[in-house]
Amino acid sequence: MEDAGIFVILVSSILVNNFVLSRFLGICPFLGVSRQVETSIGMGMAVTFVMTLAGIITYFVQKLILDPFDIGYLQTIAFILVIAALVQFVEIVLQKMSPTLYEALGVFLPLITTNCAVLGLALLNIQNKFTLVKTITHSIGAAIGFSLAIVLFAGIRERLEVADVPVPFKGFPIALITASLMSIAFLGFTGLV
Amino acid sequence: MNLFKNLTNGLFKENPIFFQLLGMCPTLAVTTSAINGMGMGLASTAVLVCSNAVISLLRKVVPSKIRIPIFIVVIATFVTIVGMTMEAYMSTLFNALGLFIPLIVVNCLILARAESYASKNGVVGSLFDGIGMGIGFTWALIVLGAVRELFGTGSVFGIDILGASFEPALIMILPPGAFLALGILLAINNVIKSKSA
Repeated sequence: MEDAGIFVILVSSILVNNFVLSRFLGICPFLGVSRQVETSIGMGMAVTFVMTLAGIITYFVQKLILDPFDIGYLQTIAFILVIAALVQFVEIVLQKMSPTLYEALGVFLPLITTNCAVLGLALLNIQNKFTLVKTITHSIGAAIGFSLAIVLFAGIRERLEVADVPVPFKGFPIALITASLMSIAFLGFTGLV
Repeated sequence: MNLFKNLTNGLFKENPIFFQLLGMCPTLAVTTSAINGMGMGLASTAVLVCSNAVISLLRKVVPSKIRIPIFIVVIATFVTIVGMTMEAYMSTLFNALGLFIPLIVVNCLILARAESYASKNGVVGSLFDGIGMGIGFTWALIVLGAVRELFGTGSVFGIDILGASFEPALIMILPPGAFLALGILLAINNVIKSKSA
């Protein structure tokens, strides 16, 4: 992916290597916060916001702190602290700047700290040796991919609520099987780029 | 007696995967084979046991307002140690698990045990709780990995079981197979639960 163009990175992170359906990052919110389309849109927005910022900040942390001092082994610890601080910061800023959005996102904001999609994204950006522009593209693409998957999934789950599901499959099992079918659909994008 | 209960709690009654649905990301991602599932399970167990013990020791000095960041730093430290050890001594497994080793940090299971058990109980109890939950997580991963490997390649732990005439269902080791296998296992689990209740 190192030499891939920006457009290719964008498309592949949204569709081909969808974070949720093919990389299995961010499954917890994907399964937990997808009962209603409305809340899933809120979650998608919050994650998009944090992921884009986290992608950029961790890039600078890696380049300006970890690399010059040769302390790459502290990567995991440094990144998770950055993300936790960032989420807290976003929470405070949103509360002041846009109370409506803050209320809409509600409990989802603090939950993002333990969303493995955010940390996974930061680590992937470094692993792929992306430049700053590519880091931003990849972060936005991954976040859009996450939002796309969770909103689509919530739409299906709303319908499932009223469907006649066999008793043992009620709840999580049928949700997982739905996710499996969605994942098969997304497999169709393989080879697109 | 109580310690024994701590140990068995995680194995069956409160199994992290089948009953609490915690730690789903690594569960789905690395279980392409039984051996990968086992590696992931044991790595998580090591982190869980160590972090449970340390957090339990620290529980009286940590101010409750900033406990979550402190827990995360403790967990991240052990994840780094486990990751480096695996890279040094088990590099094939380390490469197979890839990104998901550092991502043990954000495994909800570990933070959940820190928050709900280790921060409120003594060291010995927390150790046993960590071991029980860890082994519960590991065996669930092995089962899921074995099922996927069996149908995806016809073998389990690399040992051929279904024979050459079996046409491998490749889908099982691709991402959709993970969701499918876990969904069906959870449904079977529901049947067993309703029978025994």
